Amino acid sequence: MTGKPTYQRPMLVRHQAGLMNKLSRVAGMRPLTEIDGVPVAALVERFGSPLFVFSERSIVSRHRELRDALSVRLPKARLAWSYKTNYLDAVCKVMHREGSLAEVVSEMELDKALRQVAGTEIIFNGPYKPEGALEKAFRAGARVHLDHFDELARAEAVARRLGLAPKVALRINMSLPGITPWSRFGFNLESGQALDAVRRLRAGGVLQLAGLHAHVGTFVQDVDAYRQEARKLSELANLLAREHGVMVEWIDLGGGFASNNTLHAQYLPGEQVTPSFAQYAEAIAEGLAALALPPGREPTIFLETGRALVDEAGSLVTTVHATKRLTDGRRALILDAGVNSLFTAFWYRHDVVPAQPFAGTPEPTILYGPLCMAIDVVRDQLLFPPLSPGDRIVVRNVGAYNVTQWMQFITDRPAVVLVSRTGEAALMRRRESVETLLAQEEVPAWLA
Amino acid sequence: MDTLQRLKDLAVSESGFVFDPHSGQTFSLNETGRAILEALKRGETVEQIVTDLRQGFEVEPGADLGRDVHEFLLLAREQGWPVPQVEAP
Ligand SMILES: Cc1ncc(COP(=O)(O)O)c(C=O)c1O
Repeated sequence: MTGKPTYQRPMLVRHQAGLMNKLSRVAGMRPLTEIDGVPVAALVERFGSPLFVFSERSIVSRHRELRDALSVRLPKARLAWSYKTNYLDAVCKVMHREGSLAEVVSEMELDKALRQVAGTEIIFNGPYKPEGALEKAFRAGARVHLDHFDELARAEAVARRLGLAPKVALRINMSLPGITPWSRFGFNLESGQALDAVRRLRAGGVLQLAGLHAHVGTFVQDVDAYRQEARKLSELANLLAREHGVMVEWIDLGGGFASNNTLHAQYLPGEQVTPSFAQYAEAIAEGLAALALPPGREPTIFLETGRALVDEAGSLVTTVHATKRLTDGRRALILDAGVNSLFTAFWYRHDVVPAQPFAGTPEPTILYGPLCMAIDVVRDQLLFPPLSPGDRIVVRNVGAYNVTQWMQFITDRPAVVLVSRTGEAALMRRRESVETLLAQEEVPAWLA
Repeated sequence: MDTLQRLKDLAVSESGFVFDPHSGQTFSLNETGRAILEALKRGETVEQIVTDLRQGFEVEPGADLGRDVHEFLLLAREQGWPVPQVEAP
């Protein structure tokens, strides 16, 4: 030691009133050097960068937290893992091991789920279920949730052909104050379309109406939406029992709970505004109190919670490739992962932290990905410490939707790793390569 | 007004807080930035500044001080500081 101060890249920041809020707090920023006890540097050395890392501990603890919040209020509640959120086999396995059913919205997801659970443990949603998929679902005993009248007729035809009388549910959409209605899915409640569907289904004499389903939105931060949704579906169930002789066996309230992320349009950080599982569960229980079915006929309550269960478990480790200075004075970092891997950068002001101890005064910084496109921005404004090429950054809370919606655009999709509760790390999905790409390609004979 | 005088007018505190009496604006510098500003006030060239920094700081191998100083000077010019024109390193 010479006693000299350590050299840091020189930095100059002009003070601007009001800027701090926009850039969010930096005072509390701590490096994230380990994920569940495994050094980030070791993970990158072993599996490369960029790298998605999932914490099994986090998935399990979130799952149990939600299950417990429900079970103390609702005796017959079950979770159905929303495959679209993250359908890596290993992630689904953890969810199923914890007691979740599978909620699928396509034939591909159905095929994936059938490899993991019994058909009767599958809920099949979505507006597009071709005949072949319906047939597969009915044969397996899956719960098919019907989305529109054409599908109802198609499902009847398939069931009739198979000589089955499957139990199905109707997806219902409704207007809720403050929530943009997802009216394109299911049968509308207020207009009377839902009851038309009930009559139509019963008149068909093939399918058995056994459930009601709704999904009111995604990243819904207002627990009151769930109170009202639960109340409206309860009242519909009461009406079916009273006037149509239909006793529903399940009510599925869909997904949509917010995770700890922060939307672009949001002022306060997610962890300060996102309701707890207990608050959501409480609202649901209050809404369901309107149910007035005979004792012993209480329906099973399903929830299809997606992002709130898995977002926190996932991190994206990325490496600083270069740093540059923009003409407006901001520092820019070019990272090896961009919106191609991190689709959710379009929705969230992601929580990003350096993966190694850092020094120096934070300055206004923009984080770019590696793509040759203007939209490739991981974070557009934050106060960030000065980093150098080769330094690593962890983007936190990225476990939902990224490893399903990522794009194969100009480069490979990164590897995905799971860290076990005992600190073991193993691949869940290999990094792609040019071979992955070429495996799908053909060159027409006349060009060969 | 001559450039050097305007530079000398920039008031710098121990903690790197800078006040520009001509524009009324305030800035923060880190320790390295402050060393560069002091060197500019002494009228040093980029080369002399780099030498100063090497003497005054513990520099990790691989650090490109010439590029860093150049970049800092460009940034300072953009902020309206009376910094002499510099050549790219
Ligand atoms: C029918 C259905 N269920 C569940 C989900 C999961 O939603 P979330 O991830 O917001 O919980 C979705 C997502 O849009 C959905 O469409």
